[in-house]
This record gives sequence, structure tokens and C-alpha cells, in this order.
Amino acid sequence: MAGEELLRVEGLNKMIGGTSILSDVTMSVQKGDLKVLIGPSGGGKSTLLQCINLLLFPDNGRILLEGNEVSFRRKREVLAYRQQIGMIFQEFNLFDHLNALHNVSIALRKVKRVSSRQAAERAERELTRVGIGEQKHLYPAELSGGQKQRLSIARALAMDPAILLLDEPTSALDPELIGEVLGVIRELSQKGMTMLMATHQMGFAKTLAQEIMFMEQGQIVEQGGPQELLSCSDVQESRTLSFCSKINELYA
Amino acid sequence: MDPSFIWSELVPALNDGLLVSLLLIIPSAFLGLLLGILAGFSRTFGPPWLSRVASAYATVFRGTPLLVQLFMLYFGLPNIGVYLTPYVAAIAGFSLCSGAYHSEYIRGALLSIKSGQIRAAESLGFSRFRTMVHIVLPQAMRRALPGVSNELIYLIKYSSLAYIITCIELTGEAKILAAQTFRYTEVFLIVGCYYLILVSLASVGLRKLEDMLRVPGYGKG
Repeated sequence: MAGEELLRVEGLNKMIGGTSILSDVTMSVQKGDLKVLIGPSGGGKSTLLQCINLLLFPDNGRILLEGNEVSFRRKREVLAYRQQIGMIFQEFNLFDHLNALHNVSIALRKVKRVSSRQAAERAERELTRVGIGEQKHLYPAELSGGQKQRLSIARALAMDPAILLLDEPTSALDPELIGEVLGVIRELSQKGMTMLMATHQMGFAKTLAQEIMFMEQGQIVEQGGPQELLSCSDVQESRTLSFCSKINELYA
Repeated sequence: MDPSFIWSELVPALNDGLLVSLLLIIPSAFLGLLLGILAGFSRTFGPPWLSRVASAYATVFRGTPLLVQLFMLYFGLPNIGVYLTPYVAAIAGFSLCSGAYHSEYIRGALLSIKSGQIRAAESLGFSRFRTMVHIVLPQAMRRALPGVSNELIYLIKYSSLAYIITCIELTGEAKILAAQTFRYTEVFLIVGCYYLILVSLASVGLRKLEDMLRVPGYGKG
């Protein structure tokens, strides 16, 4: 699936409260790829994803979407850009006062100015796609963790994003629920959705990711295909492998 | 107690006063709430200068007696060439005072909305303003409602100060009639009942509103 470059990030830096969180991060995502970001907490994965979505503004560096550089300053451009970048959060961040259907349709109605009826139809299709069509009238508080995360995926998909950023989408879920969310992500990937995902699910990353990037102290220290990074045959053990073996020990 | 006095003199006079009271309370309730929302948002999410202006407003109007505020509006403003009718001065005073208290309830409710939802809305392309209107405000108002209801009930009762700046409402009518007839006990007993009924109706209505707006996951769900 090595297609054209969809998203490119160049020399991204971000300081928060005097500490450098991202230092000179350069990376790109090809169309249709599923790229996985791994690494220790505090390594900058979340910040990188938020900077890509411009929820946080990088101090400097460039972001290019389909070859076009994104202006950080023009408000209108930032808002239009964010619509094209879907974001999935670890803690779901659903709109608590709206039922599942309205959680998905509100951005269509209020941001894209789609008519209520069309928005509802579209929302219903997205809910069915992630397998919670039956729960459309339930509120976030009435859904299970896995359903909540699937709802937040439906909400992002309804905006027809060019790329989906997933920030540890399964970290707040218990093992039984992780599977249903990963299932949705797998299906999206197989249908050609471009995704950049921070996760600790190594098994998932190994089987589905085109490329794994290991982030530590605000830098991408290693990147490559899963085989390359996770095979034990290397004489020199990769940083990724040693990190992953620790995860495996924990869950073994 | 003299029933003929009550039914032929007192009740008609009080009903006239009641109408004026309602004409004071209803607009003040809406204006006050609007001011409270604006001030609450400014204090919580506004740029520093706006936040400071809104906080200063709340400090002044929560920190001085309502009666003093009414005197300033009615007797003080003419000194700088602004003449308000008693009715307008009373509404201005009630709205400003009520708004200052509302701003505090709303500020508390706004602070309780998790920032994650704001980020989620922005990630979908909502502007800051639309995020506030469509995501934050509907949730914050639900949480602020018990406090806001409390303030609306206060408003019903402090509308009784309007007669002091010659806007003759319920208490004003009662005062005049009591002074003429010297039947203070009957008059103010009945006036008390009028307010009690008004407040009870408002409480029931607000409680109904709270139930209507209830969303699973808030409080007892």
C-alpha cells in the first residue's frame, strides 16, 4: 500500500512550561497506512498527536496535509484543517448531554451545516458501521467503555477525515472490551483508512501496522516495519524490542 | 379579620401590585440570567482583561446592598444626566445584582466541564464560540440550574424593594393600603401568602425544568 504521502510533519518542536516535549520531530504517513506510535508515557506521543491536530500549536516546524502546508495562524484555516483530521482520545471525551446519535450528528449540523435529517441519516450509518446502531438513543453514561470508544470513532468518521489520529484508544478499557475496539480499527484499516495510533497493544501493532515508531524524550528514536523492529534476530537489540519485552513480561 | 375588607379592598389592590411585580420579575430574571452567563463565561474562559472586568462587576454587585444599588441607579444617575423611570431603574438594579450572583453559579458549573470535551469539539472543527454554545453551555446550565433557581427565588423576594424607588408593586400597594387603614397584620399576612405562592409556583416550575433537562449520568440519572 505504499502510496502517496498524506501527512508530513517536519521539524516539530513543542515546549510546555519550560520543558521540551517534542524536539525536532519529523515523520510522514502514507495514504492507507496504519502507523503505530509506541514508547514510554511522557515520551511525547500524545503531544505529537495533539500538535498534528493543532489542538496544541507547535512552537515551530511545518505540517503538510496532501502536500499543502497548514497555516497555524489563520483561524479559519485551522478550523477547516481540524475537520480533516479525526481524533480519538483515550478517555473518549464524548458529549455527555447528547445521546449517541446526536454525539455523531452535532458536528455535521453545526460545523458542516448539513441538514438535520441528512446528519441523522449519516450518523445512523456511522453508528451501524461501528456496531452500535442499536444504542443510538442511549447517552454516554449508559454505554460500556468499548461502546463509548466505538461511538467516539463513529463521531470522528462522520466528518470524513483524511486521517484518523488515535491516542491510546484502548488504554482505558478492560481486556474484554479492548477486542471490540481493535476490531473496528482493524476493519477501518483494511478498508484503507489512514491512521496514526499511539498504543501499547503490541500484538495488534505487530500484525497490522505498516510501520512502528518508537518515541522517547520527545524524539522518534527508532522506526521501521514490525518485523524489523520486533524480531529477535538482530545482533543489537532494538530499543523498541527491549521496551516491548517489558510489556510482554507484564502481561504474560 | 374583616372578610369584606380583604376581598373588596385588599385583594384588588394586591392584584394590581402583583401584575407590576411580575412585570419586574420576569424581565429581570431573563436579563439577569443573560448577564450571569456572559459574566460567568468571561470570568472562566475570557481573555485576562475581560475576566478582570467581569470579576470586578461581580465584586461590586455582590458586595453592596441591593438597596444602595437601586438608590444609585434612581437617585445617583441623574447627577450625570441619566434619568431612569422607577420601573427601568428597578429592572436594571435587579438584573445587575442577580447577574452577579448567577455568574458565580455558572462559573462553578463551567469549571466542572472536563476540558477533554472542549478538545474533542475543537478536533471536530468547532470554533471556540460554537464549542461554548453547543457543548459547554448546555451542560453547564444543567449543573448550574439548582443554584440559578435559588437566585431566581431570591429575585422574586427582592423585587419587593422596588417600591422604595417609587415603583409600586406588590409590597408597595400593601404598604400604602396598610398605612391608610392601619390594618398592618391582615395586609402583610396576605402579602406574605402572595409571595409564598409565587415562590412555590416558581420552585415547582424550575424543578419540572430540571427533570425535563435531566440526562443519564448526571446525579441520580
